[in-house]
Amino acid sequence: MVTGEKSKTGQRVAIGVLSVFSLIWVAPIAFTLLQSFRPYDDVVKNGVMSWPNHLTFTNYYHAFVQSRMWLFFLNSVEVAVPAVVLTLFLASMIAFVLSRYESRASVPLLMLFTAGNLLPPQLLFIPIFRIYLKIHVPHFINSNGVLYDTQLGLILIHVAVQVGFATFVLTNYLRTIPKEISESALVDGANVWNHFFRIILPLLRPALASLGVLMTTWIYNDFFWAVVLLKTGNKRPITAALANLQGQFNTDYDLLAAGACMAFIPTLLVFFAMRKHFVAGLTLGSTKG
Amino acid sequence: MWVPAVCTILLSFTFWDGIGGLKNIKWVGFTNYRQIFQLDENLPIAIRNNILWLAVFALIATPLGILLAYYIDKNLKGTQLYQTSFYLPLVISLAVTGIIWDNVFRTDGVINSLLGNTNADTAISWLGDPHKNIWVVLFIASWRHIGYIMLLYLAGMKSVDPSLREASAIDGASEWYTFRRVIIPSLRPVNVIIVVVTIIESLRAFDLVFIINRGTNGLQTLGVLVYQNIQGESTRIGWGSAYATLLFIICLGPIMVYLYQNFSKGTD
Repeated sequence: MVTGEKSKTGQRVAIGVLSVFSLIWVAPIAFTLLQSFRPYDDVVKNGVMSWPNHLTFTNYYHAFVQSRMWLFFLNSVEVAVPAVVLTLFLASMIAFVLSRYESRASVPLLMLFTAGNLLPPQLLFIPIFRIYLKIHVPHFINSNGVLYDTQLGLILIHVAVQVGFATFVLTNYLRTIPKEISESALVDGANVWNHFFRIILPLLRPALASLGVLMTTWIYNDFFWAVVLLKTGNKRPITAALANLQGQFNTDYDLLAAGACMAFIPTLLVFFAMRKHFVAGLTLGSTKG
Repeated sequence: MWVPAVCTILLSFTFWDGIGGLKNIKWVGFTNYRQIFQLDENLPIAIRNNILWLAVFALIATPLGILLAYYIDKNLKGTQLYQTSFYLPLVISLAVTGIIWDNVFRTDGVINSLLGNTNADTAISWLGDPHKNIWVVLFIASWRHIGYIMLLYLAGMKSVDPSLREASAIDGASEWYTFRRVIIPSLRPVNVIIVVVTIIESLRAFDLVFIINRGTNGLQTLGVLVYQNIQGESTRIGWGSAYATLLFIICLGPIMVYLYQNFSKGTD
């Protein structure tokens, strides 16, 4: 069996390649995790590659208490959760209208939404920055009285950026659901609101779950908007706060490692818990034509 | 989304110090563009870096991602484990990615420790040397990009009709031949998406270089130059907008292709 021999070698090559690459993928992350548990003095004296003689939670304690990572983590949650909820709500409404009340405008509108999502954020940020300085908000939101440097502003920009993609995905999803369901609801006398809340929203649930997981990770991980739209250190989400940590404690890489781990462990947990949704979310926009 | 985009394009033809109201804006035509091309020594570096970025993504990272998808799709033992490890970078923010790889590449990091020289003065400065750091950054960016491409391609391959493969195998085609001549062509929509994603991602490059050294010293990209001219040391809104517009014009091509791909199918 020549072909059998050949495919055996092929399998070995495949496993070899996959193992080497997986190692490159996992090793640096594992290394950072390990480093976050090592005492600072040990690393300074013996180098990063030395055998870890004892492990400690000190770095986490410092990151947690002195560098107040818990505060920044909460900031991230405070931005990501409302932004995702608002995005999905708005996007499912738009998708509902675009797919169930089709008009000549719906395809061009959908194109505009989709393309808007691909625009580089740098193109938008100058006017957004200026507009944010001009919009006045009540003082209980921001003591300066403007939208710039508020979490509300950050939430709004995330919603604006993400709604396009979410609408695109949800509209495509709704198109695959037979219109007869909607028609029978209308025959039964459901008005627009009932139609949306009772029929469409429950149907969208699987797509909303995937999008929700994906967008939470995206917004939680966002760095650009957090850096350019927030000035006050205390308001920054965890990704932007890490950049500051890097500046402040230039030499304490273990503390930085602990901070970095604190930033990525929540996303890893979400990923492992909802991997199916995460992968589905990433491919939703690309494989549905 | 489109209103601020148009504002930026308009601003690129003006002079505005950002202080004072909109009345202080002066219309200056193409002056900003002339100036950035003639005066700003950062622009050639940024353009070179963005082109390098695109080249590495297109010629190395994307094909590698497809190859890994091909191997993963064979469903060998431990596939789940391999697959998960390639997804990890997608879950981790670029800011954290920068810190993780900084541990490896900094002067007293893993690589130099293995090489046996971590002396701050004599060891290889992977991130500080403007001739080396861009390659290090491209390596890190590829680390992330390969996983993304693999994920997209794998999803595409799962949707290919299995009878296509069987037919090809019966005709005596080798597995690799089938992949090249049957699977890849049948995944045209995914291929287009991958090309677009590759181009857009390489043009957007910002977070990674920013977290490493704020995008200076050999790591300039167009995205960084926009930022530097607005919120950096100097406020030159005209220049920043001109860079942003430049970025937009280059992105427009791939965006059009993406739209065409997604909407031409929807109508038939």
